[in-house]
Amino acid sequence: MVISNTTAEASTKNISCTFASRYVRTALPRYKMPENSIPKDAACQIINDELMLDGNPRLNLASFVTTWMEPECDKLIMDSINKNYVDMDEYPVTTELQNRCVNIIAHLFNAPVGDEETAIGVGTVGSSEAIMLAGLAFKRKWQQKRRAEGKPCDKPNIVTGANVQVCWEKFARYFEVELKEVNLEEDYYVMDPKKAVDMVDENTICVAAILGSTLTGEFEDVKLLNELLTKKNEETGWNTPIHVDAASGGFIAPFIYPDIEWDFRLPLVKSINVSGHKYGLVYAGVGWVIWRNRDDLPEDLVFHINYLGSDQPTFTLNFSKGSSQIIAQYYQLIRLGFEGYKNIMENCRDNAKMLTEEVEKTGKFKVVSKDVGVPVVAFSLKDSSKYTVFDISENLRRFGWIVPAYTMPANAQHVAVLRVVVREDFSRTLGERLISNLQTVLNEMESHPIPVSTKSAHVTIDSENTQGDKVITKKDVTETQTEITKFWKKLVDRKKTNAVC
Amino acid sequence: MTLSKAATQSDASVHSTFASRYARVCLPRFKMPDNSIPKEAAYQIINDELMLDGNPRLNLASFVTTWMEPECDKLMMDAINKNYVDMDEYPVTTELQNRCVNMIANLFNAPLGETEVAVGVGTVGSSEAIMLAGLAFKRRWQNRRRALGLPTDNPNIVTGANVQVCWEKFARYFEVELKEVKLSDGYYVMDPQKAVDMVDENTICVAAILGSTLNGEFEDVKLLNDLLEAKNKETGWDTPIHVDAASGGFIAPFLYPELEWDFRLPLVKSINVSGHKYGLVYAGVGWVIWRTKEDLPEELIFHINYLGADQPTFTLNFSKGSNQIIAQYYQLIRLGFEGYKNIMENCQENAKILKAGLEETGRFTIISKDIGVPLVAFSLKDNSIHNEFEISDMLRRYGWIVPAYTMPPDAQHVTVLRVVIREDFSRTLANRLVTDIEKVLTDLDALPARFSAKLAANDENDDQVSRKKTALEMQKEVCSVWKKFVDERKMKINGVC
Repeated sequence: MVISNTTAEASTKNISCTFASRYVRTALPRYKMPENSIPKDAACQIINDELMLDGNPRLNLASFVTTWMEPECDKLIMDSINKNYVDMDEYPVTTELQNRCVNIIAHLFNAPVGDEETAIGVGTVGSSEAIMLAGLAFKRKWQQKRRAEGKPCDKPNIVTGANVQVCWEKFARYFEVELKEVNLEEDYYVMDPKKAVDMVDENTICVAAILGSTLTGEFEDVKLLNELLTKKNEETGWNTPIHVDAASGGFIAPFIYPDIEWDFRLPLVKSINVSGHKYGLVYAGVGWVIWRNRDDLPEDLVFHINYLGSDQPTFTLNFSKGSSQIIAQYYQLIRLGFEGYKNIMENCRDNAKMLTEEVEKTGKFKVVSKDVGVPVVAFSLKDSSKYTVFDISENLRRFGWIVPAYTMPANAQHVAVLRVVVREDFSRTLGERLISNLQTVLNEMESHPIPVSTKSAHVTIDSENTQGDKVITKKDVTETQTEITKFWKKLVDRKKTNAVC
Repeated sequence: MTLSKAATQSDASVHSTFASRYARVCLPRFKMPDNSIPKEAAYQIINDELMLDGNPRLNLASFVTTWMEPECDKLMMDAINKNYVDMDEYPVTTELQNRCVNMIANLFNAPLGETEVAVGVGTVGSSEAIMLAGLAFKRRWQNRRRALGLPTDNPNIVTGANVQVCWEKFARYFEVELKEVKLSDGYYVMDPQKAVDMVDENTICVAAILGSTLNGEFEDVKLLNDLLEAKNKETGWDTPIHVDAASGGFIAPFLYPELEWDFRLPLVKSINVSGHKYGLVYAGVGWVIWRTKEDLPEELIFHINYLGADQPTFTLNFSKGSNQIIAQYYQLIRLGFEGYKNIMENCQENAKILKAGLEETGRFTIISKDIGVPLVAFSLKDNSIHNEFEISDMLRRYGWIVPAYTMPPDAQHVTVLRVVIREDFSRTLANRLVTDIEKVLTDLDALPARFSAKLAANDENDDQVSRKKTALEMQKEVCSVWKKFVDERKMKINGVC
């Protein structure tokens, strides 16, 4: 008789269900790489579960970046996820698709290229990289010009509005260019063209205008800037060019505001950047920069390498990167075409209008975003004495919405706004639900006034209680709870954002 | 009686993609099309055109990962719509990045306490990582010089001529002079002695490479550290070291733990590594770690609030996808130390097999060393009749992409073929490659020499005999002229980059 030895531990790791295994009992490593491997299902499940506690991207109304694409495109993205974009020789079709996107976008911006002529431009990881490349090109051209004239070139500067996105400040600090900012004022939250042109001097490498300010979505008047700058150039002979940061607006203006002249139709505009991952309707990770023509991109900034096997010209800050977003951008351009993009932008605009009207109807807010611009609704509280926009923002999180609140830059720091970005996937039903939740939050805060938080120190407070008697009110349970959680959250946030970017 | 009208033209959406008119029309190349097309048609057309790209897994030119487990693919797809930079909205994703930084810093023996948070950041690749590290060095050097009242207008960086192009980019874009230590025949990495000799008061750092792109060799960082320390004592300049461990950073700790190249050496202030090379993640993630907080000047860090909360940021890119960061964390905990060690040992084994197979043919000299990145770089013993570029071209017929390139100065006369052994290059593939290379050699031997080589030979003999070209020679000549023409046109169409 054969006695078969049943091993008790034969219920091996392979057959136990993930949540029955020992892997869910141990804490995940945080500081040191673990010594041993774990099964892939366990790894996947554990990480997946922890990620459930992230915000829902589609309810993140703070971001302009696309959060939804068609499933067909998802399939294309997954198929190309292992293609390293920079291997131009190995993946010629992918490279070709990038070139087609550059051509299509250049024509969309009315670049002065012939119908079958190749445009000058490149795909980047986002508008930050695009702006750095464009800025580098301007800096180099200016230096060459100054050296030819025998003048010093050690103090370049760039003129923009104080409403610029942080990447301009990064460019200025990392590439040692002085940033001359035109300050904003209350009710005028973009760069004033006249003030900008007054700030231009012989060391200015370019003036940067924004089509679609991050703060309020407004388009700056590039046409006026062009006229004023042309006149100044005629007097001074400095030939200062313009760069348009169309990160958000570049994929909006051509479709719903075709009459606004902001692109290469204006002769002083030498380069434009646009984010493919904002209203280009692609997931995060792709931007485009287009130059007017070959002369605007100095040849000595372009590198030629051969160690992947053949000559490859490269002018980007990043080298290896995925190809998926480039392919996804091409998919969107041909799938939607002009009419598709137009329809989507019109929908966004209408939904933004609806939101604006409903917000105004509550009677408590002042809307600072304009009708013409990026479909964004930015609004501030008329009366911030009892509660501030920061409080509203925190309370909306309970419903799942992420609506950011922030203060304006100089010289409007006393103004704080809430901002809702209307993306492609923000339908009308979602808009109505947001309004209803907002109303609920307002009602709550009206009936339970909470202590003034430290953040709202920036915000103008209707001074009723500031100077007078200190009325000591006994805090009720809810108030104490809110206070404790706020303190705790601040403590946790401080710990979290430590040391690492 | 109601007459129902039969629609003679069925609804366009009913047509199968290849039956529809979309398969007949040329895809737009210069202008955006006016009308939309159905998503299935868009998907199919793009997918079909992409079939003509090379197969990523047979691309032996690249160090970048081309295969990951399907479970990880699922995690990546789920995270594809998360914009990484929204730290406030996606706190767990941000936390995962921090954990990766800590783990990698500990892997590199950064001088940290048990639960101390490391200083580092995730980037899009080693290029961005190197630019950030270089910027930190440049700023620290400028601050120090200004404090001493000395000029700061001529910073330079000392590296070997074998550096990857991103160092040259850094130098040119950030206006730092690049002082390159030239290579020599048989010595294809930076010589530490020559490097230290080149250091002067304007040197912001010396960059050593762990895993040279050309032949996978590790540079002797320990020797560099010792020599540089001696020089620093004499001059008082305090020149630091940066280690570009783009490839080697995820190999050395597992295969060569005794090799001292990381923060164990006191002069090493920052290290970069590519998550998408031997970190085993798809293209799009790199890491840079600093030794301590002091090595990263605070003025380079930006604090913004317009997404709703304070966010410190020190990267060149802002918005980007989160999936590679999550994938990196998956790999780190899924594989753990033993998993990575097993994979690197396999790669090393397969590299040895390939090397043995090539040596057996008797036609190649192996340029790559045993210790280093698992790759095999080899050149022909005799390349007078046929050269490495031809072998590379002919291997393409079998599907393999094996690059051929020339060494940088002063070894430009040396041409090599290079095969990178990645995680997914198994032994069966290695055997098949050797077989195919043997086939290619046989084919080439049967062909006459390149016409130009023959011409050079004729000139030497000073024979004015005008040979009548055979049919095969004519064909080859016409083909090579045509190919050059097509390549040139392709290059032009490529525009910039």
